[in-house]
Amino acid sequence: MQNKNLEPMLEMYLFESSQLLEQLEEILLRSEKNDHMEEADINETFRIMHTIKGSAAMMMFSNISNLAHHIEDLFFFIREKKPEQLDFSAVCDLVFTSMDFIRTETLRIESGEEADSPEGLLVERFSKLLEEISGGANAEGSAEKRQQDDKKKSDQKYYVRQDQKPETGETQTEHYYLALIHFDDGAQMENIRAFTLVHSLKDQCNQMMHRPQDLFEDDSSSEVIAEEGFTLLFSTTMEEDRLQTQLQEALFVKSIDLQELDQEAYTMTKEALEQQGQPEEETIQEDEDISDDQQTASQMDTQAGNLESIQETVKNLKQNMITVNINKLDRLMDLVGEIVITESMVIRNPDLAGLQLDSFSKSARQLRKLTDDLQDVVMSIRMLPIGPTFQKMQRIVRDMARKINKEVELVIQGEDTEVDKNIIDHLGDPLMHLIRNAMDHGIEKPTDREQTGKSAKGTITLEASNTGGDVLIRIMDDGKGLDRKTLIDKARSKGLVTKPDEEISDEEAYNLILLPGFSTKDTVTEFSGRGVGMDVVKSNIEKVGGSISIDSTLGIGTTINIKIPLTLAIVDGMQVNTGNSLYTIPTIAIKESFRAREKDLLKDTDNNEMIMIRGNCYPVLRLHRHFGVKPHTENLLEGIMIMVENDGKAVCLFADELLGEQQVVVKPLPGYLVRYPVKTSGVGGCTILGDGSISLIIDVAGIIQQSIQGGL
Amino acid sequence: MADQKDLMFEQEEDTQKGKYLTFNLGKEDFGIEILYVTEIIGIQPISEVPEVPDYVKGIINLRGRIIPLIDVRLKFKKEAVEYNDRTCIIVIDIDNTSVGLIVDQVAEVLSIEDENIVPPPAYRTGFQNKYIKSIGRVGEEVKLILDCDKLLSDDELEMVEQVGQ
Repeated sequence: MQNKNLEPMLEMYLFESSQLLEQLEEILLRSEKNDHMEEADINETFRIMHTIKGSAAMMMFSNISNLAHHIEDLFFFIREKKPEQLDFSAVCDLVFTSMDFIRTETLRIESGEEADSPEGLLVERFSKLLEEISGGANAEGSAEKRQQDDKKKSDQKYYVRQDQKPETGETQTEHYYLALIHFDDGAQMENIRAFTLVHSLKDQCNQMMHRPQDLFEDDSSSEVIAEEGFTLLFSTTMEEDRLQTQLQEALFVKSIDLQELDQEAYTMTKEALEQQGQPEEETIQEDEDISDDQQTASQMDTQAGNLESIQETVKNLKQNMITVNINKLDRLMDLVGEIVITESMVIRNPDLAGLQLDSFSKSARQLRKLTDDLQDVVMSIRMLPIGPTFQKMQRIVRDMARKINKEVELVIQGEDTEVDKNIIDHLGDPLMHLIRNAMDHGIEKPTDREQTGKSAKGTITLEASNTGGDVLIRIMDDGKGLDRKTLIDKARSKGLVTKPDEEISDEEAYNLILLPGFSTKDTVTEFSGRGVGMDVVKSNIEKVGGSISIDSTLGIGTTINIKIPLTLAIVDGMQVNTGNSLYTIPTIAIKESFRAREKDLLKDTDNNEMIMIRGNCYPVLRLHRHFGVKPHTENLLEGIMIMVENDGKAVCLFADELLGEQQVVVKPLPGYLVRYPVKTSGVGGCTILGDGSISLIIDVAGIIQQSIQGGL
Repeated sequence: MADQKDLMFEQEEDTQKGKYLTFNLGKEDFGIEILYVTEIIGIQPISEVPEVPDYVKGIINLRGRIIPLIDVRLKFKKEAVEYNDRTCIIVIDIDNTSVGLIVDQVAEVLSIEDENIVPPPAYRTGFQNKYIKSIGRVGEEVKLILDCDKLLSDDELEMVEQVGQ
């Protein structure tokens, strides 16, 4: 295996692990809430840990696999013995800690570091816990117990097809074989042939596994056998030559590659095969001792098989889902954008002007309808439900509630609401901050709550809903709420407000907490109180084109509203032109557009142009000067003024004329231009308009920044 | 499988080796290794981009791809000429960066044998020597073969120089 080949394998591993961990977290949180674990959940946990262990061992991350192995042991014990007195929260705590460990390690692997943190401490805790719950029975020393666990583990891993075999005479030595069988080309119904073969060998074999696992249910098994051959792994007491003969006798067999394995190699191969799916065969008791860390040469032989098995597992996990590289989706989206543009180029082709084309128009309408549908579908592919992002908050609430001794329940609503993938990626951190804030500052201590007549348990509601072009996310807590007076006093003491109290609206007062350097908590805790945070939340939300506002009632609770656009890839924009150049100004930033009047125009001593509107003075930024293009008109009275605002600062942009409003697909500037300061000059990207011409998208925040710096 | 791919790639490279697309800028003939060239298009409406050197003329929409244009005349500090219907844009692709080169006119695709290619003179008299990789002889004529990598990558240096001035 060269590095090149390892890459997709590693990617697959990382993807699979994070998925499994997420799944596990969900199970544990649910179980913890109900204070007991369903049998199905125990099995599922067991299975997840088993897969994590297997794939980590394969990727040579021994610390992860070792830890996973111990978790697996623990759950195996729970499953088999069903201990009465189970300190459930201790189990959960430990598993959560371990999951964090695995996750950290996975992240390190992802960023190209070595995953080599010592897992010993956690492993020890597991051994101890297992010892505790298993009572005195197994307390003869952990070494011996480990061995037993290993045995137990191995017990359950031996599968055999169909009936349980009666024990064959122990005197005969067992041989382990790996056979790769190819059937004649065009033999047809390969799965049936394979089954016949399995059936004929069954009586002589103690254990048997094969790949593909599922010969009948899975329709693709024939193809797999035809292409890759049929892999059979078994142990038997039969002599090799007898076996050869028997195999050759089977119908349609083209070639047999029979390999005798030693025990270790056998176990490895078997694990690889096992991971392919969840065989539902009966287990049979087998006295086999598997050494724990089998990272030997034999492993290398089976790596190829393992890769497939991982892919298989991922497939099983997601059933009707496929995983697609986001770049492909971006490309698809680009293509659809092009098709839409090309379509209008064809339909509005100047060559057709003035012609009466009934049939053409009809087909054109049909085409338009289809391309519209296509565009919708492609957009929807990029949309993901926000649920998983919300679910992650459960864990934060749980951990924090324990640390700060508050009882909090997180209620999640509207988790089906779909948001563009890029935006979802940017939502996690802000939400986490807000939830932490709500728990730390918002929700009171249980005793305090009871005094004010609330239930001891606080509630935080996380809600998402779709409002036309935007998604509204609300974080509501039923805590003590924000005190307007405290906020204002605090802000005043830090020099953040200058207005008299009565001129500050409630909304303004609440929004004070979004200012940098503002923290209402006097003591700094692990979770919050450093006064960074809310302003970071705000800037993160604004980065994805969203906005945040706060509403609160003293004593009742606080609600934080976050409004984010459905997607970043499409922007509502106003087209303007200056000379021959086209610019798109995002509609969200536009306050108004108007024609300037002579008497409103001012110039300061440095000849900076300004305009007076309703008593306020705004700087005028001539787009043609800013971008260095030749305008049709330099007369401020002839062109159009567009007032844009960002972060409370506004400027008036001067352009030749408004061309209209439309949705545009945002494209980044070509890579070659990155070396020039195009971006800092206030161009955020570009877009292709319906007629094929290019329009530059103005980055309003950037251009305002520029004009203010220029003004100084 | 990988070997096969390499082989195919090599073969493909082979057929393109020694072939050059030639074009004129005023009196000089230039050549570009055909390996870099993706297509040749006529001049198109160009959208200007702010804050770039004068030889970066702007961006065009090439079937949905947005491609920056370099006027090779200006890049080589020759005087600008009006674009006409002979003006061409040669779209080249280097390390997945696509750039269009605006040239006076495209001539032809030539095979130049290795033995007819000589390194440029070591002393730097001319304006464009740093972009010239080698010089190819075709009969009596001389083609200046451009170093595309340098053409696209030396701008940082140049910008530093400009700041220094």
